[in-house]
Amino acid sequence: MVKEKVLERVGEIVSKITKEWKHVNEDGSYTVRTCGWSPPGDHPVGCGMKLHVKGGKLVKVEGDADHPITQGRLCIRCLTLPEYVHHPQRITTPMKRAPENRGKDIWQKISWEEAWDIIVPKIKEYKAKYGAESIVVFGGTGRQACLYYYPLGFASIGTPNVCYPWSGWSCYGPRCSITDYILGAGYPEIDFAGTYPDRYDNPNYVVPKWIMQWGKNPLMSNPDGFFGHSLIDLLKRGTELIQIDPRMTWLGTRSKYVCQLRPGTDTALALAFINVIINEELYDKNFVENWCYGFDELKERVQEYSPEKVADITWVPAQKIREVARFMATEKPGAIQWGLAVDENPNGVQLGHAILSLCAITGNLDVPGGITLGPPAALLGKWRMETRRNLSPELWDKRIGAKEWPALSTAMATTHPDETLDTLETGKPYKLRMGWFNSSNFITPTCSAQPDRWYRALKSLEFNVVQDLFMTPTAMAFADVFLPLPTFAEADGVVVTHFGRNAVFLGAINQALRVGDTKSDIEVCIELGKKLHPDMWPFESVDDFFSKQLKPELGIDFNDLREQFIYQPKYEYRKFESGKLRSDGEPGFNTVTGMVELTSTLFEAWGEDPLPYFQEPPYSPVSTPELFREYPFVLTTGARKFTSFHSEHRQISTLREIDPYNEMEIHPDAAAKLGIIDGDWVMMENMFGKCKAKAKLTPIIHPQVVHSTHGWWYPEKPGEEPSLFGVWESNINTLIPHKHIGKLGFGCPAKQMICKVYRIEEGV
Amino acid sequence: MSRNGLLIDYQYCTGCHSCEVACKNEHKIPRGKWGIKLTEVGPYQIEGDKWEWNYVPVPTSLCDLCEDRVKNGEKPTCVHHCLGQCMEYGPVEELAKKMTGKGKKVVLFAP
Ligand code: SF4
Ligand code: SF4
Ligand code: SF4
Repeated sequence: MVKEKVLERVGEIVSKITKEWKHVNEDGSYTVRTCGWSPPGDHPVGCGMKLHVKGGKLVKVEGDADHPITQGRLCIRCLTLPEYVHHPQRITTPMKRAPENRGKDIWQKISWEEAWDIIVPKIKEYKAKYGAESIVVFGGTGRQACLYYYPLGFASIGTPNVCYPWSGWSCYGPRCSITDYILGAGYPEIDFAGTYPDRYDNPNYVVPKWIMQWGKNPLMSNPDGFFGHSLIDLLKRGTELIQIDPRMTWLGTRSKYVCQLRPGTDTALALAFINVIINEELYDKNFVENWCYGFDELKERVQEYSPEKVADITWVPAQKIREVARFMATEKPGAIQWGLAVDENPNGVQLGHAILSLCAITGNLDVPGGITLGPPAALLGKWRMETRRNLSPELWDKRIGAKEWPALSTAMATTHPDETLDTLETGKPYKLRMGWFNSSNFITPTCSAQPDRWYRALKSLEFNVVQDLFMTPTAMAFADVFLPLPTFAEADGVVVTHFGRNAVFLGAINQALRVGDTKSDIEVCIELGKKLHPDMWPFESVDDFFSKQLKPELGIDFNDLREQFIYQPKYEYRKFESGKLRSDGEPGFNTVTGMVELTSTLFEAWGEDPLPYFQEPPYSPVSTPELFREYPFVLTTGARKFTSFHSEHRQISTLREIDPYNEMEIHPDAAAKLGIIDGDWVMMENMFGKCKAKAKLTPIIHPQVVHSTHGWWYPEKPGEEPSLFGVWESNINTLIPHKHIGKLGFGCPAKQMICKVYRIEEGV
Repeated sequence: MSRNGLLIDYQYCTGCHSCEVACKNEHKIPRGKWGIKLTEVGPYQIEGDKWEWNYVPVPTSLCDLCEDRVKNGEKPTCVHHCLGQCMEYGPVEELAKKMTGKGKKVVLFAP
């Protein structure tokens, strides 16, 4: 059969045990097999699970042992899914509120028809009077909406202004863009045998000798779709771990080396590693000669970064820098797993460049057990790109910040985040009038810097639509119309790890039940799209939509995917030799020079240094010593916990029992000097804002550094203004300044600010 | 009759709480009580880069070794969902034998 052949070619069926995705039990209850992707949960990890539904209720979640990656394992965010789905505070019908009642809990339930009757004429009016660019769509981090908020803006509404509001686009975008500029490939991920049905036992697979987590703690964060506990699988198989982290994490205690660096000095450390590897001639000469551009320039540049000098900058001893560099260069294969610390750093483009250079010169790119590289085109990415054809070139040119930030706007199809705040504040180059918040609760400390400033600026919008599952501080402050979203248990969809940019699998999300009258992101895109731009939405249904995406690429339709459960694309190593990294089929990398650009041709064209360099954080003991006397701690933020995904889960009592409040970590010696004991309420404060947290005294952090978690609001507190569910009480992002970003427009200092700490009598 | 138990290789216990929550779900255990509960030793520095930091989940008197699941041929729910895959269930004699092949950080409970 043709279909069978196609499957042979593009993927392998993992789950041969049962093709049944829905099983009806004798008592009328039923079980649906599915993969997870927030809401709620996290990034597209797609863990396999079975959802048991009885009497219209989700009664049980059981991990699916047949899932090749997760093998039955589930984290507590999915184990508490029934609590989330049936939470009494969930909003499951559309609602409207009069604009003068913004900030007040005065809502009226309406039907979807009524909602469309309000929204559609508004959009038409703004487009006619002020142009489509007067409408802005905001997205958030990591939820399924990441696949749909661009098309919602471009093809359903028809605006060029889609905004991810985090200053400097500081999440995933920078890493993808750097990879694009330097390697011309999809997202680089460690080889964890993710595409093999038989995983680590596959004969083509080699267990990495080492894996370095660079500013990343995947056990809790499951970043970008990487199942974090795969690292435990690899530890058991003998992989040595290396941590680059300001904190001694639990993973650090199971690692061979830990470089506990001063937050924000990462680029200096990376350059020192390269210094040692090049000067001691430990690099992969063959790879450098054949596949790298600009090696001599890099060699010259790193002479400025001797281990001794870098030890002073980073606090990592010179001897350790040498040892780690030698280990990385001589043990093969190995891989660096770069984290959010690359994005949340104004010097992060240079850090990313240096890390990719390290991977290249140690010969670990696209080899078994090294770093896998995605092909140039993202899995299921074609449609997302094509939705832009709905916008005329003139309209596309109006995208906020596109001209000012050519590097960012070449790689990302969004506005420039910081420029968007400026536009809201100044009305320049034009006034924004309507906002659509798609799964983005960004006045909580998630994806905006100085959320208090955004909060004031967003008040200038005349009409707002918010899509979410609960009444969030952002929705309470701004929504005129609230459109309720279903959880992943309640709507059909697909999950593709790494957002398709180097996917290890594609899985079906199967609807098990539906609570109330909600519509999923794609349902909203299609319905609204048909009303405003019907030519862009030639799909009869959600099924039809997914089938039309899947068919051309995989040769299967949505129903086939449900039955097969999971597709793992076949992975090919050494694509730079076989020509599979370039669209012209020539060997090499998909860059200007066709090589790994150790010296970047593009950076030069954009007025940036073509080589990586270290720059001090904007505020630090070195760059602002005066201020540091007043604010004597380096503040790093955003390390994750098992109990939440950014601002999700704050109302789930099982999870709040484990992590009840925002937490800050401080060294016992530093705390003693301030009279702070474990569990005290403290304030972190700097020139920009302040934030309450419970102090956790721990030796894992340097005495001059403090860390705060993020994403906190308190659903149990009054929702109405000025409280907004206590959103300003533990809002760590109020301490992170707006527009302190790198030359190419990327990277904010969320992990390397300064602050003072003092004990307070009253908590939240 | 042989007694069954839980073997925990806490070298790999990441403190993820999945055992706790899975057990609470299965046995409908309310807030404030547990069928298995994490304990934490550390973190503290031993010397240099050597640190002590262990999580060990301890079954309580509410643990019935997931009798009903086991009868149905399933694993106890804590074992099944454990993110670190560091828990095993079985007859204590067998588990004790397995222990000898593991590292230093291993414990056997016979609740
Ligand atoms: S990582 Fe956790 S939240 Fe995400 S899908 Fe898996 S079990 Fe669910
Ligand atoms: S065996 Fe069952 S009852 Fe015992 S701790 Fe594990 S989950 Fe709870
Ligand atoms: S589920 Fe496993 S890894 Fe997680 S806390 Fe329990 S024993 Fe440890």
